[in-house]
Amino acid sequence: MGTASTHDTELLVTPLHALHVELGAKMVPFAGYDMPVQYPLGVMGEHNHTREKAGLFDVSHMGQALLVGPDHETTAAALEALTPGDFKSLAPGEIRYTVLLNEEGGILDDLMVTRHWAEEGTLFLVVNAACKTQDFAHISANLPDGIQLQPITDRALIALQGPEAGAIFEKFAPASAQLIFMQAAALSVEGSTCFVSRSGYTGEDGFEISVPAADAEKISRALLQVDGVEAIGLGARDSLRLEAGLCLYGHDIDTTTTPAEGALLWAVPKRRRAEANFPGAKIILDQIASGAPRKRVGILPEGKAPAREGTEIQSSDGKTIGKVTSGGFGPSFGGPIAMGYVESAHAKIGTDIVLIVRGKARPAQVVKMPFVPQRYHRGL
Amino acid sequence: MSDLKFTKDHEWVRIEGDTATFGITVYAQEQLGDVVFVELPGVGAELSQGDDAAVVESVKAASEVYAPLSGEVVAVNDALEDAPATVNEDAMGDGWFAKLKFSDSGELEEMMDEAAYTKFIAELD
Repeated sequence: MGTASTHDTELLVTPLHALHVELGAKMVPFAGYDMPVQYPLGVMGEHNHTREKAGLFDVSHMGQALLVGPDHETTAAALEALTPGDFKSLAPGEIRYTVLLNEEGGILDDLMVTRHWAEEGTLFLVVNAACKTQDFAHISANLPDGIQLQPITDRALIALQGPEAGAIFEKFAPASAQLIFMQAAALSVEGSTCFVSRSGYTGEDGFEISVPAADAEKISRALLQVDGVEAIGLGARDSLRLEAGLCLYGHDIDTTTTPAEGALLWAVPKRRRAEANFPGAKIILDQIASGAPRKRVGILPEGKAPAREGTEIQSSDGKTIGKVTSGGFGPSFGGPIAMGYVESAHAKIGTDIVLIVRGKARPAQVVKMPFVPQRYHRGL
Repeated sequence: MSDLKFTKDHEWVRIEGDTATFGITVYAQEQLGDVVFVELPGVGAELSQGDDAAVVESVKAASEVYAPLSGEVVAVNDALEDAPATVNEDAMGDGWFAKLKFSDSGELEEMMDEAAYTKFIAELD
């Protein structure tokens, strides 16, 4: 991928950079890339459009790689050694969310893992942009002989998300209709072979589509031609994922938070708990048994003032109990929403808490997430 | 008789006698995007020029609005509490933030008139 010289520090660009500029995007530096934060439609309009119809996102800055070994069991075991996930039980084309852990049980990154739809012994990984260099180095350094991590640098990644995404994409790739949430396949789109995953990070049905870099603009333009598809920037991507209760790495989870603290224990299945052989297993299993010191929770501020990242959280009797890690306004929710960490004694749904917004104490409540219902396509 | 002035921080000030009504400019609201919340100063607050006077929030960020002049807050636009989007729809009119009884008319000297502000924002893009 190339670089943009419009900023002081040299930024990388995705294969869709010229298209973003042509569409009138406001470009900002993000994870070392010059990325569209919003288009002329604006964050609110883009957010609502995605919830009502379909939005097209450029997520090519994210890291893609293949983990290649002799057979599925061996490759799955190699990745299981670095995560608390269960990949051995994945069927071909099945996707799972997991986290890379350090020895203290802290989260190095969160990622999507797909058992390759065709190639035996191969897993397809998608990791966060800001972490990809470290992730790939960490994985490579910890692989047994005979297994290799192969970063994919010649593919862009786009996401089509929203209630109309299924019907729209079916016209481009009829077989995409057979995919349900967290399934993937290689499909031909506008004549090029794409890795199509029925997944995303908005809480809506939709697809993440790994496309050859050279065809990314052609495919994106074809999708944008469809009535109902609008280009969506990182601003709306953030408000959509917050409403869906999904973590943003580096904010809601990081090396100082464990899956138990981060409310991600659904990503630590029974078999792995029983085996207790993932990094930081002792710490995490202790937290499962006797409770983590703090927990990630959904937060509903009363009134209209958003509580941004870093906002101090107090108990109703004025003791500091944590802080907000993501917060803003939820356009579909229709008011301010947030997530953050609180001491476990205050993590129960319905607990009254206080947010200190610019020195003013504002009442709030611990609530269940997501803030808007998830509408994944789980089949009939 | 009223007189319209602008600051480099993209606020407008309308002077009527010793009262200054202020808000953010059309350019500022375009840069912010959809306004979802406005926090206004308290009536009676004494502000110095450049003090944090209000906060305007979009979906993605909160921005400070500075007191364009020194003085006492004599009125605030409570309607923005329920209808923050008024700042987008009518930034220079119904989207006003507060009124100050200003104490130092010398502070007006440093501000731009409409022609100078129009030139100022043209040079920013």
